[in-house]
Amino acid sequence: MSAQHEHAHRPGERAASASEQQLQQQVLDALHSNTPLAIQGANSKAFLGRPVDGQVLDTRGHSGIVNYDPTELVVTVRSGTPLVELLAALDDQGQTLTCEPPTFNGQATVGGMIAAGLSGPRRPWSGAVRDLVLGTRVITGHGKLLRFGGEVMKNVAGYDLSRLMAASFGQLGVITEVSMKVLPKPVSSHHLRLELPVERALLKLAEWGQQPIPITAASYLDGHLHLRLEGGVGSVRSAADRIGGEELDAGFWTQLNEQQLDFFQDPRPLWRLSLPPLTAELELPGASLLDWAGAQRWLKSDAAAEELQALASRHGGHATCYRAGVTDSPFQPLTPLLQRYHRQLKKQLDPQGLFNPGRMYPGL
Amino acid sequence: MGPKTIDNKQVISVNLLYDEKLDGPLPPVDKAGLINELRQTLPDLELLHEREDLQPYECDGLSAYRVMPLLVVMPETVEQIETFMKICHQRQVPVVARGAGTGLSGGALPLEGGVLLVLARLKNILEVNPEGRFARVQPGVRNLAISEAAAPYQLYYAPDPSSQIACSIGGNVAENAGGVHCLKYGLTVHNLLKVEIVTVEGERMTLGSDALDSPGFDLMALFTGSEGMLGIVVEVTVKLLPRPQVAKVLMASFDDVGKAGKAVGDIISAGIIPGGLEMMDNLAIRAAEDFIHAGYPVEAEAILLCELDGVEADVADECERVRQVLENSGATAISQAKDDAERALFWAGRKNAFPAVGRISPDYYCMDGTIPRRELPKVLQGIADLSAEYGLRVANVFHAGDGNMHPLILFDANQEGELERAEAVGGKILELCVAVGGSITGEHGVGREKINQMCSQFNDDELLTFHAVKAAFDPDGLLNPGKNIPTLNRCAEFGAMHIHNGELPFPELERF
Ligand SMILES: Cc1cc2nc3c(=O)[nH]c(=O)nc-3n(C[C@H](O)[C@H](O)[C@H](O)COP(=O)(O)OP(=O)(O)OC[C@H]3O[C@@H](n4cnc5c(N)ncnc54)[C@H](O)[C@@H]3O)c2cc1C
Repeated sequence: MSAQHEHAHRPGERAASASEQQLQQQVLDALHSNTPLAIQGANSKAFLGRPVDGQVLDTRGHSGIVNYDPTELVVTVRSGTPLVELLAALDDQGQTLTCEPPTFNGQATVGGMIAAGLSGPRRPWSGAVRDLVLGTRVITGHGKLLRFGGEVMKNVAGYDLSRLMAASFGQLGVITEVSMKVLPKPVSSHHLRLELPVERALLKLAEWGQQPIPITAASYLDGHLHLRLEGGVGSVRSAADRIGGEELDAGFWTQLNEQQLDFFQDPRPLWRLSLPPLTAELELPGASLLDWAGAQRWLKSDAAAEELQALASRHGGHATCYRAGVTDSPFQPLTPLLQRYHRQLKKQLDPQGLFNPGRMYPGL
Repeated sequence: MGPKTIDNKQVISVNLLYDEKLDGPLPPVDKAGLINELRQTLPDLELLHEREDLQPYECDGLSAYRVMPLLVVMPETVEQIETFMKICHQRQVPVVARGAGTGLSGGALPLEGGVLLVLARLKNILEVNPEGRFARVQPGVRNLAISEAAAPYQLYYAPDPSSQIACSIGGNVAENAGGVHCLKYGLTVHNLLKVEIVTVEGERMTLGSDALDSPGFDLMALFTGSEGMLGIVVEVTVKLLPRPQVAKVLMASFDDVGKAGKAVGDIISAGIIPGGLEMMDNLAIRAAEDFIHAGYPVEAEAILLCELDGVEADVADECERVRQVLENSGATAISQAKDDAERALFWAGRKNAFPAVGRISPDYYCMDGTIPRRELPKVLQGIADLSAEYGLRVANVFHAGDGNMHPLILFDANQEGELERAEAVGGKILELCVAVGGSITGEHGVGREKINQMCSQFNDDELLTFHAVKAAFDPDGLLNPGKNIPTLNRCAEFGAMHIHNGELPFPELERF
C-alpha cells in the first residue's frame, strides 16, 4: 500500500503535502503491521485520559498555516502547528479563536487543541472548540486521507464528521488539517473583581445572564467574583459602571486558563466538574474554583473517582480527572447504550483499533 | 412554495425517486400484518392508510417529488415512538421521519414501502427556564413558538429560518437549520444543549446534557443535520439568549452586484459582525417589493440589509461605522429603518423573498449552495451565464455574511422540458459552488434533491466513511433510506451521465 496516488480529482483541492503524506504513510505502515498508534502533538495534555500503548505518531512535522483570509473569517491550519503561532497570526489581523483554548505553556498544537476540545473562560458566551470547527482533513482507519466540511461558514452536506473530531481524543482518525471560524477581537474590555459570598455571586450571574450585559468570563475564587466585560466601548463602560468592584489585571484570565493560579499548585489531583450553569454551591471534598459562571468547577481533591463522578452525575453533570494515573476512568463512564454506540462508531471508523486505543475508555 | 406536481414519467426520467437498482434493495413489508400489530400494541396511535388520508403527506416543501407512503403514523407520546420503532425494527420496516414538512430538499419524501413517522403532534413546550436560559421542548414545536414562549422573559431562540412560523424544532435539528442571524448567533448546532433520541431499535438515548458538555464523543454534533438517518429526535433543549436591547437595520443600494459583494467583505474587515447581513439582486428586489411593499429601491442592481444589534451605545457607534464603509464601497443610497415597524418591514421583504418570487413565476427551484464570499462575483457571473444559456431567469437571495446563496431558478413546469432545464441549471450552480471551494448545501440539506450532487462534493472514500457512520447507528438502513448519502452505484451512474455529456470526467469509475 502506498500513499502516492491519492485522489485530488476535485476542482480546487490541494494535494497532500510531503509532511501529510508522511503521516499517511505511517498510518498505512501501522495498518499493515497492526501496530496501534499514540497520536500526539507536543503531548501537552498527557495528563488527560488513559495511557495509550502504541507507537508515537508525532504531528509536529506537519506544521503551518495553509490559508488565512481575514475577510472570510476562516483560517486553515495544519495540525502540528503550535497554537501560539496561530494565535499570533490571528492577532496580527485583530482576530482570534473565540473559544480561547489554553496553550499549556505555549506547547499545545492545533491538532491537540481540536482533539482534546478544551475551551477557555469565554466558553459559555462564545462557544466551545467544536463550535468553530468548519472542516477537517483526516487520515482514516483505512489509511485514506479524506476531507470533511470545508472553508465555508455553512455546510450541511453529509454528516458532520469535522465537529465529531473535536474532543474525540484522536480516537476516530488523525487530524491533519483543520479549518476554523475566526472572529474580530472585541473593541473594548474591562476586568474587575467583586467581594461577595459565592451564593450571591451565582444569583447575580443568573440575573445578569438574562440581560444584555457583555460578560465574557466569570470565575469565583478566594471570596471574589472575577468578571470580564468585552464589547463596544459604550456597553463595556456602562456595564462596568453598573457592576462596580475593583479593577483586575487582565493577566488573571490567562493564568486561570493556563492553570497557573496558586489554586492549581495544590498537590492533590485536579478534577474538572462540568455542571448545569445554575447548580448551587456544592459541598465538595477539597478546594474548588468556579469558572464559566459556575458551569465548570475545578476541584483539588483526593476523593475517589467514583465518589466525584457520582456527585457530578447527581447534579446533572460529569467529572473528569486532570491528572494521569489517578484513576482508570478519568472520563465519566457512559451509559451502556451510549457505550455501545461509541464502540460501534469506533469499530466502523477505525476497524483495526489503531488510533489512541483506550485513551477515553477501556475497550474503545 | 416549490414547483408544482408533475406526472411521474417526467420525474422518473430525472432519476430522483428511490431506485432499488441504484439505491439498494428495500425490505418487503407486510402491510396488513404491520397495521394489525400496531393496532393491537398501540391502540391509541393514530394511523392513516387510506389513499385520500395519505395524500397530504406525499411530499415536503420540494413538491415536485411525491410518493405515497405505505402508512402514516402520528404519535402523541415518546413512549408510542419507542414501541413503534421497536416494532418496525423487529419487522424490518423502513421509517421516514417528518416534522412540519417544510424541508426544501425532499428529506421527508416518503417511501412507498415505508412508514412516515409524523412528529408534528408532539408540540408541548415542556419547560422555559429563564434563569438557566434554556427551553426544553418536544420535536413538533414550531421554531417561532419557542421564541414566543421565551418572550415574556426578554429571551429568544436565535436561529430563525425564514420558515420559522411553520417548521419544527425536530426538523431544524435534523437539517441544522440556519437563518438570517447565523453569522453572529450561529446555526442550530450552536444553540443546542441536549437532544433526546429514540434509536432505530426503539431505545431512548440522551445526547448532550444540562451542562455545557458531556463525556464521550460529540454525538449531538454528529446527529445535528443528519436528516433523520441516525435516530428520531424526540426532545430538544435549546439555549435562549437575552433579546438585544436595540436592533437597527441599514439598507444600502448598489448599481452593481459585485460592489455589493465587496461591501460585505469591507464591513467584516472593519471588525464588525452584523446580527444579519443579507443581499438581494434586482429580480429578487422587484419581486419582494411588488409583494410586500417594503420600500425597496426597485432600480438598484443589488441591496444589502445590514442589521446591527446589541446595547444602544455600541449599536449607534457601529451604524455610523457601517454607513462609512458602505459609502466607501460605492453604495448609491443608504437608508436606516426609522423605527421597529420599518425594520420589520425591511426584513419582511427579505423573509418573503421565496413566496414573492413564487408570484412572478409559475414555479421556482431554490438552490442552497455556499461559497467563500470572495468568489461571489465569479459565481454570480457563472449563474448569469447559465441563466442565459438555458433561457431561465434566476433571482438571487443571499445570506451574504456567511456565504450562503439562494439562487431561485424561475420556470414553468407546464412547459415541456422546463423542469429538466431548471434542474440542469440547479445542478450546474451547485457544481460551480463546489468548484470554488464551497458546498452544495448550507442549510436546506441534501435529502433526495441533491443526492446526485453529493457525488461531486465527496469522493468514494468519503462517501464510504459516511456509510460507515450510518452503519454504526442503523446497520440495517431502516431510517430514511436513500436520503443524504448516495450509494457508490448511484455516483457511478451519475458520473456516467456526465461523461455522456462530455463534461466531468470521473477517473475513479474504473473501480466499479
Ligand atoms: C419558504 C421557506 C423558507 C425556508 N427558509 C429556510 C431558512 O431560512 N433556513 C433554513 O435552514 N431552512 C429554511 N427552509 C427549509 C426548512 O424550513 C428547514 O429545513 C426546516 O428545518 C425543516 O423543518 P420541518 O419541521 O419542516 O422538517 P421536515 O421537512 O418535516 O423534515 C426535514 C428533515 O428532517 C427529518 N426530521 C424531521 N423531524 C425529525 C425528527 N423529529 N427526528 C429526526 N428527523 C426528523 C426528516 O426526515 C427530513 O429529513 C425554508 C423552507 C421554506 C418552505
